[in-house]
Amino acid sequence: MERSEVIEKFNVLFEEVIDEGPVSLTGETTAADVDGWDSLTQIQLIVAIEKAFDVKFTSEEIVSWKNVAEMIDCFLTKKRTAE
Amino acid sequence: MNFSELKKNLKKDFKGFRTLKSALLGDSATQFLAQAIRGAGYRQQLDINVYEADYNQTDRLILDPGSELYEFQPDVSLIFEAGHKLLQKFNKTEVAARSGFAEEQIHRIRQLVATLQERSKTKVVFFNYAEEDDGVFGNFASKVTSSFLYQVRKLNYLLTEYAVENRNFYIGDMSSIQNQLGHERVFSPAIYTTSDMVLSIDAIPVVAESIVGMIAAFQGKQKKCLILDLDNTVWGGVIGDDGLENIQIGGLGIGKAFTEFQHWVKKLRQRGIIVCVCSKNTESIAKEPFEKHPDMVLRLEDIAVFVANWKNKADNIRLIQQFLNIGFDSMVFLDDNPVERDIVRQNVPDITVPELPGDPAEYLEYLYTLNLFETVSYSVEDAKRTEQYQNESRRMSAQASFINESDFLKSLAMLSSVQPFDSFCTPRVAQLSQRSNQFNLRTVRYSEEDIHRISNSSSHYPFCFTLEDKYGDNGTVCAVILKEQQPQELFIENWFMSCRVLKREMEHFVLNTIVSHAKNTGYNTIVGEYLPTAKNALVKDHYSTLGFREEGNFWRLDVAEYQPKECHIRAKLSRKE
Repeated sequence: MERSEVIEKFNVLFEEVIDEGPVSLTGETTAADVDGWDSLTQIQLIVAIEKAFDVKFTSEEIVSWKNVAEMIDCFLTKKRTAE
Repeated sequence: MNFSELKKNLKKDFKGFRTLKSALLGDSATQFLAQAIRGAGYRQQLDINVYEADYNQTDRLILDPGSELYEFQPDVSLIFEAGHKLLQKFNKTEVAARSGFAEEQIHRIRQLVATLQERSKTKVVFFNYAEEDDGVFGNFASKVTSSFLYQVRKLNYLLTEYAVENRNFYIGDMSSIQNQLGHERVFSPAIYTTSDMVLSIDAIPVVAESIVGMIAAFQGKQKKCLILDLDNTVWGGVIGDDGLENIQIGGLGIGKAFTEFQHWVKKLRQRGIIVCVCSKNTESIAKEPFEKHPDMVLRLEDIAVFVANWKNKADNIRLIQQFLNIGFDSMVFLDDNPVERDIVRQNVPDITVPELPGDPAEYLEYLYTLNLFETVSYSVEDAKRTEQYQNESRRMSAQASFINESDFLKSLAMLSSVQPFDSFCTPRVAQLSQRSNQFNLRTVRYSEEDIHRISNSSSHYPFCFTLEDKYGDNGTVCAVILKEQQPQELFIENWFMSCRVLKREMEHFVLNTIVSHAKNTGYNTIVGEYLPTAKNALVKDHYSTLGFREEGNFWRLDVAEYQPKECHIRAKLSRKE
């Protein structure tokens, strides 16, 4: 999966979970940039990604992300090692 | 429903729903649970205002009489302590003290609950603990009193013991939910570690729905009746085609699944759920297995209303509803045929029609997960309910043979015993108050605790009435609570009655009783009030029909001028005499 494709798919998931209107993710997006994205929604997002793409994040990974880019890096590494 | 769907409900319109306040006190992150409870309330048409306490504040909020909790005045307080947190507490307990861990915990819980109940009228729901096996002793844990598994199981048992003795204390069965879903689905270690949530996103809706089921039952929203299709629902095969010997029940084919299903239905019947049959069949053929098949668990005496014909099932269900005189929202219909289910769903609003799995072997497991028959009371009289409806059916055929209503009533030889509230009738009166929606003048709902308080109050005069006749005993069917509001005036705080005994002149008997009580105790006026709800239009003209005079929003009756109403019910000497 390409980076741009991941951003696109995450964007759809985020809109669905946050349910506060359109979201436009970029690599630099942080929770502070999106209305309704708080520490709790974060958990919903993680679970939604895990379910949608059949991955599992470790607790260490979850606490380490500072922005969407890091989350996607982590996701892509996981996906590539799995392949 | 999954969590996102419940969360979407939060944005919907709750207007017109019954409102109530619920406090959620927990020792883990419970924000999602609070949202899910409100979201799940939407489906039950409940506008639940959830006060979510700050994390880990349970003890302080309860012990401080000026706390936000008491300010909020919850109708229901939910105390959710996590099994996983309990394990952390246990870990910090000295080895020597571990054998006494459960006792120490229950002592703390009892004190908290007692304090809360002393200071507030709230109902308290305490969640038992989802078991965590720390694996320290393996299977040997059950032989070691200082193991965690031993202590958590003991504590859960002690909680049930406490629930049996404390009327307004209820258990939310987290342990059962975990048994059903499995530990792996309930608890997600990564999420717990990063967010301190002990319930996974998948488990939250299940817990929330279970809580709301309880809250709805507190509000009188309960299922009272189970209507069954027969072929491939109650037994395997088609009785009309296969014949008595070949239907699958007991040892034949997949009969085991149907036998176990029937046992479940029988237990519900014994608990007081009214079981009815609605089947497309010739009546005599449909009844044959109930009468003659040796492996049938259900017998005709278990069935309150048996409808077997070739008419539309929706119409037949309406017929059953008219006879039982209960709301469609308190009925459940089980049928293996998806087409029939759809017809009923589309034509009978509010009835619950579970989507039974295709394989009858799965019926029970699926039905267990729906938790359809949530209740908050149980009394011995419940078990007799089916018999009472059967008697009613005999009464109705007798009535048809009388031209004159009064002759019919006379022929019934009705007796009623009048009692103040005592411990014997308390559960039944509470239940009647929760369940009576139509004949309920002010729809005040009383818990057993309320009834206890009323019977000890010097300004209240409570009465409960039984009704029996030559066809059988209906048990306690009516209650009236009078309250002194002026030195000379008695206010009817509530009057509620089971619709089973409508048109039997019970209202006359009750009023005669009240007036004579007022006379004997020196009151000169009785004041009634009718508070309309969506369901109680039946008693809209109750007081005017009985001769009360309208004055503003109230109805007044002059005791001195009252002429006792004609009535074919005689007073029965009370149990105590």
